[in-house]
Amino acid sequence: MATAEPTLTPPRAAIARPRRESTASWPLVDRLAYWLCWAVGIGLCVIAVGIVLFMFIKGISALRPSLFVESPATGALQERHSGGFKDPLIGTFILTAIGIAIALPLGVGIAVWMVEYARPRWLMRTVESAIEMIAGVPSIVLALFGLLLFARPLFSFLSGSANNGAVTGQSFLIAGIMMGVLAIPLVVGATREALLQLPARLREASYALGKTRATTVRRVLLPSIRPGIASGAVLGMGRIIGDTAILVILLPYLKLEGAGGAPLLSALRGTGTTLTYYIYYYAPTGDGNSPKKAFAAGFVLLMIVLALNALVTRLTLRSSGERAAARNIVQRVWAWEMWPWSR
Amino acid sequence: MSAEAYPPAIPPAATPKAAPPNPMEARQRHAAQLATHLKEAARDRRVEFALGTLAAGALALIAAMLVTVLVNAWPSFSTNGLAWFGPGSGANGDPVVQFRAMQTGTALPGHPLLYFRAWPLIWGTLLSTFGAVAIALVVSTFAAIFLAEFAPAPVRRVLEPVVRLLAGVPSVIYGLVGLLLIAPWVDGLISTPRKESVQYVVQLNGSCLLTATLVLTVMIVPTMITLTYGALAAVPPAWREGSVALGVNRWRTIQRVSLRAARPAIVSAMVFSTARAVGEAIMLAMVGGGRPFAPNLLDGLTVFYEPIQPLAASIAKEFGGNPNTPIGHTASAIGAVLLFSVALLSLAAWAVRQPLKRYGIGI
Repeated sequence: MATAEPTLTPPRAAIARPRRESTASWPLVDRLAYWLCWAVGIGLCVIAVGIVLFMFIKGISALRPSLFVESPATGALQERHSGGFKDPLIGTFILTAIGIAIALPLGVGIAVWMVEYARPRWLMRTVESAIEMIAGVPSIVLALFGLLLFARPLFSFLSGSANNGAVTGQSFLIAGIMMGVLAIPLVVGATREALLQLPARLREASYALGKTRATTVRRVLLPSIRPGIASGAVLGMGRIIGDTAILVILLPYLKLEGAGGAPLLSALRGTGTTLTYYIYYYAPTGDGNSPKKAFAAGFVLLMIVLALNALVTRLTLRSSGERAAARNIVQRVWAWEMWPWSR
Repeated sequence: MSAEAYPPAIPPAATPKAAPPNPMEARQRHAAQLATHLKEAARDRRVEFALGTLAAGALALIAAMLVTVLVNAWPSFSTNGLAWFGPGSGANGDPVVQFRAMQTGTALPGHPLLYFRAWPLIWGTLLSTFGAVAIALVVSTFAAIFLAEFAPAPVRRVLEPVVRLLAGVPSVIYGLVGLLLIAPWVDGLISTPRKESVQYVVQLNGSCLLTATLVLTVMIVPTMITLTYGALAAVPPAWREGSVALGVNRWRTIQRVSLRAARPAIVSAMVFSTARAVGEAIMLAMVGGGRPFAPNLLDGLTVFYEPIQPLAASIAKEFGGNPNTPIGHTASAIGAVLLFSVALLSLAAWAVRQPLKRYGIGI
């Protein structure tokens, strides 16, 4: 670029920039497509910022400290008498704990079998498809299945009974089991990816020392894929915390209520709900129809989800640091060249 | 490193004088080693068996799900026959009337208690799913190309967490945003003459097919972006470099080389998101308009403003909680239809992904 006036700053020849390829020579259709890419990317950011901002503004204006410590009061006609979301908040933590406690061991076990044992081969392929299908099953159908399966006298130890003695099939335990099923594919996926990325030398070294596969898995492989398992667990927790459909069928009770018996077991066999169902209930389409409550709870829920998201980002960044470093250089240079602002 | 440094020399004086070799002792030591080895091998086999049983449990779960749901759905299917999937006629053809009849336990005149015609729900599912997947396909392809090829590193560092965030937002929050932000906006788009033109059939407010499809698109786009982006990033760089070296511009390279190589992954992502869209219940129950109405394509543009209530949303809205009631059987029947669609879709996704494995591009 030639400038008419001499400038005081010396020419910065030392900085080597890649020669830029201009899109000016491209056909019009290609240029349009290129700008459409930018538009879509920016549009996604705008949508995300819009959702978060909307929930922030509405949520903060509706949030009061008393909401955190008051239990919901269902019969109240006036909004200011209908209480807070203490019970759903506790319920969220209980349900997440049960769900992840079920999903983590099962998911890691299945993933280890799929990568390290995988015999016979056809069974491995079938299990792979089965896990994929479980990931695709709508959670509302999963909830229906849970109710059909557990609302029978055989499983009366899992849930309380209705007045007429019939097993309700609605309890934290049953909802937690179904939440576990919901989270298993995520845990399996993350663990499997982590195991497949491990260098072969780890296994070879362990086998060369005469260790069995079981010992290798327990002493060598599992300790070295801890970040992968952790990110799978956090992803699963996010899925559990965000799910509403299972609650609508298996735990649609605003207040925590024990089922009788030993204190902890009573709570677990008892009913309650989580923040997601609380929002669903107080949304304008729900029975409560009090958007302020819904926004306040939605704000808290979004905060939890954002925190989990940040956690996943940190975990995956740490575990895939090597991969990121080895990323295709050409691609990065291209990306830099194509930045329209640097034109 | 010198040869003497490693292994370190052991001072000979430190070792006690070795006992004369005892053949019995050597044999015993050998036997003990063998026993340990066999024990460990047996333990390994036990672990393999236990983990294999666990994995096979996933198959058992799928089988149990299909059987349980189908058994409870059977009364509804056997009462209605294939007409279950068809439209009803007359005043009793409306699913709202049928749901109320089942909930109150009073059969509609001239019909059994389990009388149910699901076409409006199926039609609503088809419309919203195809609309959302069609929009999402275009949006996610461009977004994935942007992430994989054009986005400068700082922008990519922002956009990747944004996509993850959009994927992680709970559906109930999408419902809330759709209901209180998008629906009022869409309501403003509907002109009064348009509302009056159909007011004796259905009331138009912002909760409609258009709103539901838009929010559903935002919900399924992140998954599609992630899968497509992964496949685009896995295209061997030499393929693209070869194309660029021949003087083809970057966009044509992407279009003709990268996209073509990633096509199976894109189709597979599409199938996967279709399953997500079909199964979405809560968001659609909130923004769909809350009325099982079959939007009529003959209404012209008004069709976009007519309410829908897809299959999954109907379970969430109408099912009371007791599976052994007429409404429970009907809900199970809807669940069975969903389950079979998802099974077929995941079969399709598996079949579509096979060509990718030939190139070693797994997703």
